[in-house]
Amino acid sequence: MANVFARIGDWVNERTPGLAPMYRKHMTEYYAPKNFNLWYYFGSLAMLVLVNQIVTGIFLTMNYDPSASGAFDSVQYIMRDVEWGWLIRYMHTTGASLFFVVVFLHMFRGIMYGSFKKPRELVWLLGMLIFLALMAEAFMGYVLPWGNMSFWGAKVIVSLFGTVPKIGPALQEWIMGDFLPADATLNRFFALHVIALPIVLLLLVVLHLAALHEVGSNNPDGVEIKKGPKGNRWDALKPADGIPFHPYYTVKDLVGVGFFLLIAAFIIFFAPTFGGWFLEHDNSIAANNLVTPAQIKPVWYFTAFYAIVRMVPSAFGTAVWGVLGMFGSIALLFALPWIDVGPVKSIRYRGTGYKVALTIFVIAFFCLMALGMDLTDEYFPRIFGAGIDITLWDNVFGRIMTVAYFGFFVFLWLYTHLGWEKTKPVPDRVTTHD
Amino acid sequence: MANEVVDHGRRRFLTSATAVVGGVGIVSAAVPFIKSWEPSARAKAAGAPVTQSLKKIESGQQLIVAWRSLPVFIVNRTPEQLAALPKQDPRLVDPKSDGSSSEQQPKYAQNETRSIKPEWLVMVGICTHLGCVPNYVGEMKPEPFDPNWQGGYYCPCHHSRYDMAGRVYRGVPAPKNMQIPPYHFVDDTTVQIGVGPKEGA
Repeated sequence: MANVFARIGDWVNERTPGLAPMYRKHMTEYYAPKNFNLWYYFGSLAMLVLVNQIVTGIFLTMNYDPSASGAFDSVQYIMRDVEWGWLIRYMHTTGASLFFVVVFLHMFRGIMYGSFKKPRELVWLLGMLIFLALMAEAFMGYVLPWGNMSFWGAKVIVSLFGTVPKIGPALQEWIMGDFLPADATLNRFFALHVIALPIVLLLLVVLHLAALHEVGSNNPDGVEIKKGPKGNRWDALKPADGIPFHPYYTVKDLVGVGFFLLIAAFIIFFAPTFGGWFLEHDNSIAANNLVTPAQIKPVWYFTAFYAIVRMVPSAFGTAVWGVLGMFGSIALLFALPWIDVGPVKSIRYRGTGYKVALTIFVIAFFCLMALGMDLTDEYFPRIFGAGIDITLWDNVFGRIMTVAYFGFFVFLWLYTHLGWEKTKPVPDRVTTHD
Repeated sequence: MANEVVDHGRRRFLTSATAVVGGVGIVSAAVPFIKSWEPSARAKAAGAPVTQSLKKIESGQQLIVAWRSLPVFIVNRTPEQLAALPKQDPRLVDPKSDGSSSEQQPKYAQNETRSIKPEWLVMVGICTHLGCVPNYVGEMKPEPFDPNWQGGYYCPCHHSRYDMAGRVYRGVPAPKNMQIPPYHFVDDTTVQIGVGPKEGA
């Protein structure tokens, strides 16, 4: 039997001689730094969630009806009448939220250890494009169940494009194919959600990994193992501080996968709506174009960016400034490799100013998130008394946090371009070498 | 033939000419796909005027009717609500609707009450910020979002506030007063939305 497999293997190799070297290049002979820590789980977990979204998504399309008259009912049908339909849908909805959890952590890891810096700018840019495609994918998926939050969420997000001066209203009608989100909108969002964007996402993931494997992985010490001493147990010419991705990191990632699936399964089985965070209660009501839900807020992963829209007031008769602020908050992340040009990568050896700034940035992000989720409307009266003017307090708090968010980038630019940063000496090799 | 000297200029010209013609072809081929996203003939046709009787709308009550799939608010404003309107002027972005909001109503509704008849407000209930439907909060009592509330509209999405004539307050995200659609009174108790009054009537 083994002989048969060997012969099939030989047959394939003779015809595609490039296949085995490619496998070795990306798996058994891809030498990753040996000092990866907990933060390095989230890339592989993002891949796992992507696979989950594709598989569960394919099965959801088998019973979903992408029409304004049938969409809401078909989702209820999946939840109630399709065998195990509830599980497949909850895996998809929980997967969507967990996708953003792991991607946010993955991005934070990149910022903290300077993984976006030279020579990995392209890896970062491709990663940011993945993030952008993922946001579009998530938004369109959110519209598909055609609940009342789907409808109004679609309306508000499409209206963002309506704030563009001059062409805004026409652009808005072009996106929706109607004067309101309607059948045409739902149909095209379905097409984009299940075909166009997944193809783009998969392509970008391949490019992200290809770009990474050209330059090699960064690590918590932010030192380049390729510049360190050569020669490890497997290859005399490869970095001494590198270990083969397979089997060492594949096995490590399996541990992460186990933990992750445990958490995911708990959510799917015991708290699939996650208290209205992953699935909003108002979305169990069918879309109604005459009644706005009492509170319109996006799903939690958009709230931080979305709060910025609210915090920037209109000026000169247009509301475009808030929208520019929101897109700007993401555009600045794209530009990070050219904003933060400090030579030291890892937070371990960076100046105190950087550590303080990053902490404030994270706090600002969480506060904007809370604001976008309307948590402040609930907690401010409890903290400051019931008689306060919530709009005023929201605005003051939110504008401070918006300034802090953008201030991070301004500070980093000044801090690194003007040479204010006092760094610690960076070791020659990763600190855990033997 | 094989030893002929390569004419690089000619080769460059042919390459760019091919690229340009191909590019024009791709752009032209993209037009039908882009145009296919515009509202279809069916979507455009669904925009007929709407007629509504006002007999059963009590003083202070709001009725919402659909016109071109948009929610249109019809409010029978109370004398108190009407009396409060001029007092709001200092707090509003464009109290006379002649600045940034000059296009937000037909000429016959460009007045203090933004209506044909003072008590009847007929307005497209779409927030000028990002298109939500603001809530009607008609009672004049202190609200969490405004201790001096004099009745009006409160948008649940981004907390924009409007007075009882759909005029936007200062310091909120919405830039303009809400839109007044073309409408006219067919008789004393019937309004038609989508068609303005005849000239001179």
